[in-house]
Amino acid sequence: MSTAAAQHPHGGDEHGHDPLVAHHFDTAQQQFDSGKLGIWLFLVQEILFFSGLFCAYAVYRANHPEIFEFAHRYLDVKMGAINTVVLICSSLTAAWSVRAAQLGQRGLMIGCIIVTIACAFGFLGIKYFEYEHKIHAGLLWGEKFNPKYAPGDHGDEHGAGGHGSGTEAVHSEAANSVPNPADRSGSPGSHGATAQPEKSAPSPAATHVAAGDAKVTTPRNTSIFFSIYFAMTGLHGLHVIAGIIVYIWLLWRALKGEFGPKQYAAIDFAALHWHLVDLVWIYLFPLLYLIR
Amino acid sequence: MSSLDTTLGHGAPAHAEDNYLTHSHGWKSWLLTLDHKRIGVMYLCSTIASLFLGGFFALALRTELLTPGPTIAMIDHDMYNRMFTLHGAIMVFLFIIPAIPAGLGNFFVPVMLGAKDVAFPKLNLASYHLWIFGAVFFVTAMVHGGIDTGWTFYTPYSVTTPANGVIWATMGVFILGFSSIFTGLNFIVTIHKLRPEGMTWFRMPLFLWALYSTSVIQVLATPVLAITVLLLTVERTLHVGIFDPALGGDPVLFQHFFWFYSHPAVYIMILPGFGIISEIVSVHSRKHIFGYRFIAFSSLAIALLGFLVWGHHLFTSGQSQLASVIFSAISFAIAIPSAIKVFNWLATMYKSSLQLTTPMWYAFGFIVLFLIGGLTGLFLAALAVDIHLHDTYFVVAHFHYVMVGGTLLALFGGLYHWWPKMFGRMYNEFWGKVGAVLVTLGFNVTFFPQFVMGTRGMPRRYYSYLPEFQPLHVASTIGAYLLGFGILLAFVNLGVALFRGRKAPTNPWGGATLEWQCASPPPHDNFSVTPVAHDPYDFAHLKYDEKIDGYTSRRS
Repeated sequence: MSTAAAQHPHGGDEHGHDPLVAHHFDTAQQQFDSGKLGIWLFLVQEILFFSGLFCAYAVYRANHPEIFEFAHRYLDVKMGAINTVVLICSSLTAAWSVRAAQLGQRGLMIGCIIVTIACAFGFLGIKYFEYEHKIHAGLLWGEKFNPKYAPGDHGDEHGAGGHGSGTEAVHSEAANSVPNPADRSGSPGSHGATAQPEKSAPSPAATHVAAGDAKVTTPRNTSIFFSIYFAMTGLHGLHVIAGIIVYIWLLWRALKGEFGPKQYAAIDFAALHWHLVDLVWIYLFPLLYLIR
Repeated sequence: MSSLDTTLGHGAPAHAEDNYLTHSHGWKSWLLTLDHKRIGVMYLCSTIASLFLGGFFALALRTELLTPGPTIAMIDHDMYNRMFTLHGAIMVFLFIIPAIPAGLGNFFVPVMLGAKDVAFPKLNLASYHLWIFGAVFFVTAMVHGGIDTGWTFYTPYSVTTPANGVIWATMGVFILGFSSIFTGLNFIVTIHKLRPEGMTWFRMPLFLWALYSTSVIQVLATPVLAITVLLLTVERTLHVGIFDPALGGDPVLFQHFFWFYSHPAVYIMILPGFGIISEIVSVHSRKHIFGYRFIAFSSLAIALLGFLVWGHHLFTSGQSQLASVIFSAISFAIAIPSAIKVFNWLATMYKSSLQLTTPMWYAFGFIVLFLIGGLTGLFLAALAVDIHLHDTYFVVAHFHYVMVGGTLLALFGGLYHWWPKMFGRMYNEFWGKVGAVLVTLGFNVTFFPQFVMGTRGMPRRYYSYLPEFQPLHVASTIGAYLLGFGILLAFVNLGVALFRGRKAPTNPWGGATLEWQCASPPPHDNFSVTPVAHDPYDFAHLKYDEKIDGYTSRRS
């Protein structure tokens, strides 16, 4: 950062103001530092924006752990893991594009931006297949929740996860009665049952039968897991789309030759934001896919 | 800068008559300007227009409440619900939250810093455009189905109500939220990075400390509201069941989310007011502010503690008792930094050369009304008392004392304090003071009876009431008209000054902050040479000059 900042004489009222520095800044360094602080504040804002959903996740998981333990097995760990790798790769190329810009390696910078965009599209493509599968299998929110199969069966993609079908069958039947009492007495500190006594009272381990084709038995209110799943991954997906738009804009500017060792702020700030989008997924993946 | 603001380059000597108002012409030069002063003026005009719209609903409500049953044929109970919702939502989201920070703040933050603009002028303009966009959504909500949920949009009612304006209104709130976030972000960066030579953190005007604290809340709290109203919109359209108990959701979670923003938001509303009062009290007392650091830190303390008290809105909502006790204790703790400010203002006035100018009259009104509003807040923070007073007129009176008695009076104080600087015209002092008296008096007549009604059990948001409450309701309605008239008079006086006021000197009050060093009204670039900052409350070097009816500095 400091390596590339142009040293400019103090005093903004002089003629020959650097054309890259806006009129209300004295120096390029001051302008760059302001932008940097601005993007970090924006990231703080983003974290708090997502925090509402993470908080909702925490509340429902603490109150209804059996739903999460049961329903997360509908998710495809392999697809989630591939997407995690794809995003980490894109973060690498995003960071690399900043360094390339700083060092004036134009070709490398453009290549990195292109790979970042490609990875982002790859992520969305995989997400599309996951969503499509869930829509067909009735794994949706609210009253639309109407599962076509039990979690162990995995539809046509059986064998993707590490679950043996034998234990699945046992578990999904056991889900009817076992999890709640077992958790309350057995697992230490798993969830504060005392904090919400009135909450757990009306929703005992009772289950209801969803009217799917195969009459799948699920814990009560399993649909909440999918509400939260779609809300969190959906909002994250919107951020990925926004990131793609930003990076296409950067690519366009890079092709025009706008970036170099003296001007790379936009690439730097976009990369910071992209890392945050990546980081949110790094949390979403274990919280949704790897519950037990 | 954009191609629209072309002429004044760097170092070009500003003409004596050239100021930000005459710098360029045409509606585009306003709507697409990057000049923080013009954006500030546009914000002021827009928020004041919202104040009148919200005020119109308020007067309609008060008129309806003249008699226990239906009073105005046009307003039935459904219409009444829609009107109090719009009154609250418009006043909160379109007026109080943006008025001082985005209006006066936009104008004065860079000028007080001796800077040419805020750190991100384009983002600043985008904030204003978002505000307009959000306001359009609100108007759409008004004409397209209406909203009857109250400004709090509590679930599950907001999910099931047939009033279809809810989605428009929540999306409006979402957009206005980002307008507010970007303003806050801009101010934080501006204050960090654009302070001039000599202005250390503890030589900053207290208005800037107040806006800095406000901005911290705007950046940290508003995103939570954004995700909340977004989820509410999704809940209403797609029925995801996160807040809807019919689908297994938790409506109390909505209340937690909502108040996690909306309690800090009341400090977004009042902290800028504190900043204005600190300026007015010191300048018009001709005395150094007492306890500078205490006032500065109490702003930050209020901002930070404000994040930890949202649960005092949920004492009757089925929150755990332990949580209620903790929230109650922290709510009491907020009284300490608030009281520190009041004591410091009084100590500043003590044995000073108090000037009874219009801004000072508003400052008096502010201190008294905020004191009442603040102390009644303690009643509501007390667990047992709140059970009795929850959802009564006592609550309504309390928050109006803080928001209207506090923020509106501070806004008027600030407008009268800075009007000569903003538009280069002096106003009529006599009518200014009449306005201040009418506003303060009318306000008390309106809301003091509501404290009494509240303690006697008059519930808020009710269309009809028991006949025994009628005398107090009539008093409240008379007060509302008086208040409305006072507000109108105060604005008319300022408006008349624009055309008939005598030209204002550079420093009419003898303020030592940097905005009083640049011309009235300021030139397009504020300062041709960045000034050096000294103690913002040291008035020793300022001497009154009869010829210009203003103060000049002996320092430079």
